[in-house]
Amino acid sequence: MTLNRRSFLGTGLALGAALSAPRAIGQARPRVVIVGGGAGGATAARYIAKDSGGMIDVTLIEPSRSYFTCFFSNLYIGGYRDLDSIAHTYGTLASAHGVNVVHDWVTGVDREARTVSTAAGHGFAYDRLIVAPGIDFVDESVPGWSTAAQNRMPHSWKAGSQTQLLKAQIEAMPEGGLFAMVAPPNPFRCPPGPYERISMVAHVLRDRNPTAKILVLDPKSSFSKQALFEEGWEKHYPGMIERIGPDFGGANVSVDPDAMTVTVDGSVEKVDVCNVIPAQKAGHIAQVAGLTDGSGFCPIVPATMQSRIDETVHILGDATIAGDMPKSAFSANSQAKVAAMAVRAALTGSRAFPAKFSNTCWSLIDTDDGVKVGASYQATEEKIAKVDGFVSQTGEDAGLRKATYEESLGWYAGITADIFG
Amino acid sequence: MIGLVFHCMLSRMREAIAFVLALALGGAGQGLAGETAKAIGDPEAGAEVWIFCSGCHQIGPDAEAGIGPPLTGIFGRRMGSIEGFPYSRSMTRMGRDGLVWSLETLDAYIENPRVLVSGTRMSFDGLENPTERADLLAFLREFSDKPSNIPEAAPTARADRPVLSEATLAIVGDPAYGEYLSSECTTCHQRDGSDRGIPSITLWPDEDFVVAMHAYKQKLRPHPVMQMMASRLSDEEIAALAAYFGKLGL
Repeated sequence: MTLNRRSFLGTGLALGAALSAPRAIGQARPRVVIVGGGAGGATAARYIAKDSGGMIDVTLIEPSRSYFTCFFSNLYIGGYRDLDSIAHTYGTLASAHGVNVVHDWVTGVDREARTVSTAAGHGFAYDRLIVAPGIDFVDESVPGWSTAAQNRMPHSWKAGSQTQLLKAQIEAMPEGGLFAMVAPPNPFRCPPGPYERISMVAHVLRDRNPTAKILVLDPKSSFSKQALFEEGWEKHYPGMIERIGPDFGGANVSVDPDAMTVTVDGSVEKVDVCNVIPAQKAGHIAQVAGLTDGSGFCPIVPATMQSRIDETVHILGDATIAGDMPKSAFSANSQAKVAAMAVRAALTGSRAFPAKFSNTCWSLIDTDDGVKVGASYQATEEKIAKVDGFVSQTGEDAGLRKATYEESLGWYAGITADIFG
Repeated sequence: MIGLVFHCMLSRMREAIAFVLALALGGAGQGLAGETAKAIGDPEAGAEVWIFCSGCHQIGPDAEAGIGPPLTGIFGRRMGSIEGFPYSRSMTRMGRDGLVWSLETLDAYIENPRVLVSGTRMSFDGLENPTERADLLAFLREFSDKPSNIPEAAPTARADRPVLSEATLAIVGDPAYGEYLSSECTTCHQRDGSDRGIPSITLWPDEDFVVAMHAYKQKLRPHPVMQMMASRLSDEEIAALAAYFGKLGL
């Protein structure tokens, strides 16, 4: 006999007991619902399911059946990877770890009732909620651009069809054409990412279209690995790349996607491809759930990744204000393990250990010319603080750079197995 | 052959580490370390200390050279590197030798400028009180790059570093703790022991694992990622990782 809701409600005596102790009788296992199946959300799902040995009911809600990693999507643009190699699915999380994987959009969170609702009309109750929605773009941050224009001027800052589109546009550029990038202001996903992308675009153009030019319009006066990128651009792509910083109008940029022009400090420039990477904020659902502050991102408790607004909610990755940690898949993966431990400790009484965080970002400048930056972080009361770090040096020999690139390939294999199983 | 070379290397490292351990005696009995970082100091209190500096130095987005150089972005800057500033010969030489302003170098300089840079032009006797120095450093740090935007920017806190003890090799690792800590390792190293650009770390004898990690921690082994990871692991944590990875997949 199956006990469905109707027959259960029909037994009047049982109803009173169920209402007084719903968790003990209604469902035996504590429930964790995870919103977002990227580097943060999928890692948390995997670690909670795996390490709780079935004691916690884990549901992961993610709209995409195939997840394209933003990390290494620049290498796809550069021709070093095919698109399939950065696509991942959720089958192993379900089959090996028993995660309930639901492909749907979360449209609402009722934090009083502890339920989330989805576009398909389903509801999920939780004891702990993990929110890992990544980023969304700030409207009007680049005047003239909106997501309605993303096919004319792709952002390609969420990987998949946007990355494919940008690659196709670069390869179809007229001889001697102009590629422009509108770089984002801080804080944004993947600090060295725009500059690795510029390197990969230059790599493609040097082979296919060597008289083409690249223009970077940048509202920031400095950026990550700047000395390394500038040295590499000079060495591998001399004369091809021009970067305009805020002193020369890089912060005063508008675009016209129909006319394919960019306007810098009042002067209009015709462009052939324009990659607009707008200003960023936490993924929309974080705002809908009331978990963001005035910055557009989510304040968290460093030791557990709990929301400072609601202790039954943990937030991961790009959507958070993670102190000194940059927004990266590595950071999200690292934070997810801290959150998974805290969630298990809260729901099953498992042992909790001190939080440790780390991050490394590899970037490819040209074939076999890899560089990296990394740091370790610890929780203080106030924030996640950087305590140690390293960065590749200018002038390193080719052997070391090649080894650094090969290390990044090993890292990709390692972290994707760690995230998706 | 490779195995043999590796074992020779290990035994030499054991000797080296035994030597270092002998130097580090006195740290026995240290408990679990690395629990939380310590803030550099109190930047608001540091702003009060800054008043003494502000007669000669400026700081902030529009700071310019005065009697002393501007201190915006001082963390991570090479010594004596502000274009056109009339530094002392000593300071210029420090910069040429590659010295960079960090928490450690600034702290030493502020404590007694002539200890670090003998011929410096900064006419300041030094700040003896370590709390005042820490607060001042916390204040100065607010005016340099943020690591969230530029990951290579200088640290904003001091790690609570573990101290080596004589009994390190005798510690029996807790594999459950090792399993928890291992999640940081498996971001790069394959859990199934395969070697794809990043070496396998599974099924090593416990002692070899412990010795290798201490060799990174002592910076005897050169890889910067591993030096960083090892540097913040306590002896117990290294033993725990050895216990866990040593049996992984058996």
